[in-house]
Amino acid sequence: MRNLWLFISKYNAFFLFIIFFILSIVLFVRNNSFQKASIFNSSNQFIGSAFETINYFQSYLNLTKVNDSLAAENARLRQEQKVSFYNDSLDMRTVKDTSTHQQYTYIVAQVVNNSIHLRDNVLTINRGKRQGIEKGQGVICPSGIVGIVINVSNNYATVRSLLHSETKISASIRENNAFGSLVWGEGNFDPRIAVLKDIPNHISVKRGQQIITSGYSSLFPKGLPIGRILRTGVKGGESFLDIEVKLSTDFSTLQYVYVIKNVLALERQQLEALDLQK
Amino acid sequence: MIRIIISNLIRFAALVFIQVFLLKNIGYYNLATPYLYILFILLLPFETPNWLLFVLAFTAGLTVDSFYDTPGINAAACSVLAFVRTIFINLTVQRQGLETEPEPKLGIMGFRWFFFYSGILTLFHHFTLFLLESFTFSDLKYTLIRIILSSLFTVFLVLLSEFVFFRKKER
Repeated sequence: MRNLWLFISKYNAFFLFIIFFILSIVLFVRNNSFQKASIFNSSNQFIGSAFETINYFQSYLNLTKVNDSLAAENARLRQEQKVSFYNDSLDMRTVKDTSTHQQYTYIVAQVVNNSIHLRDNVLTINRGKRQGIEKGQGVICPSGIVGIVINVSNNYATVRSLLHSETKISASIRENNAFGSLVWGEGNFDPRIAVLKDIPNHISVKRGQQIITSGYSSLFPKGLPIGRILRTGVKGGESFLDIEVKLSTDFSTLQYVYVIKNVLALERQQLEALDLQK
Repeated sequence: MIRIIISNLIRFAALVFIQVFLLKNIGYYNLATPYLYILFILLLPFETPNWLLFVLAFTAGLTVDSFYDTPGINAAACSVLAFVRTIFINLTVQRQGLETEPEPKLGIMGFRWFFFYSGILTLFHHFTLFLLESFTFSDLKYTLIRIILSSLFTVFLVLLSEFVFFRKKER
């Protein structure tokens, strides 16, 4: 205790200095709003930057969780986008021909999947059972015919394209009504060209004549354009012409198609089935 | 003894008066501001006990502060000044000579000693003062310029006043 007292008295100037200096600093800080504010601010700044640094490292640890939540949010936002909604407002056009009492209904559909480079090309449209599409209906586009519906789900339908080895469409030459069947894929895999078969030899066929649907099948009404004759000829030893047809449908840029609903198709099929049974 | 007290009291009153009514209005673009009142602390007798020195310095600083509306800045600066004064005097003045040289005056201690004495103490005082006043290190260059120019101004005034009274005393 005595030594402490000696120590203090020896360096009394220093301790006096400390006392008075602290006293004046306290006075100073308490009475000056700027210094008061800046002391608290700087301490806040220090604490804030410390927290920020810690946060910065913690954010790495949470990165997986954050990524997951962001991915979930992305999925949710994507769901809310307009593209994700299935547009089921139906766009139907009906052709009423009262003189013949025949009725064709056209359903607009969008092509959502398409192929032209395969041997058997199938395309998918975004209309299905709910919109009244049934198996076996014809599909056309503004410039020509597209194919036949082969499978139907609730909201989608697959269409066997004209560019399919099993597709056969009844077609006729507009000028003379000679009819045959249009096929594709017998030694020819050009998506722009199909072959019209079963036209007899004696019929005069010229390049550039228009090929239309014959209306003999219940799929397509009569007179829809298919294409124009590109080349004609006779295969050796056959009595039928082999006509190459340049298709008017551009399958590579197909977007909107119309599905043809023939109201009388069932009646006609039943009638024709009766004939077959005999 | 009483003569010394009275003369110091008068000096205190006169210096504070000059400081707050004259020098407060003088300055060079806020860069050089003289603080002549520290002359009072500079000229306190060598034999002043440390506690009295600190009390007087603190009082002088606080008095000026109350006129400047900056409570604490000058008091803190004067505390530093008093502390530096004790160290400086301990280092440069022999204890034995205290009877013959009672006061640290220009006429007694010589120009060289007094110049360093006032210069170093003023520098410390102003350094504390201006740093506390700005209370930030962000404008350190500007603050340092202020400190140096103000110190030059103050030392000039201190020496000037010492020369004025030096001649008077010689008579």
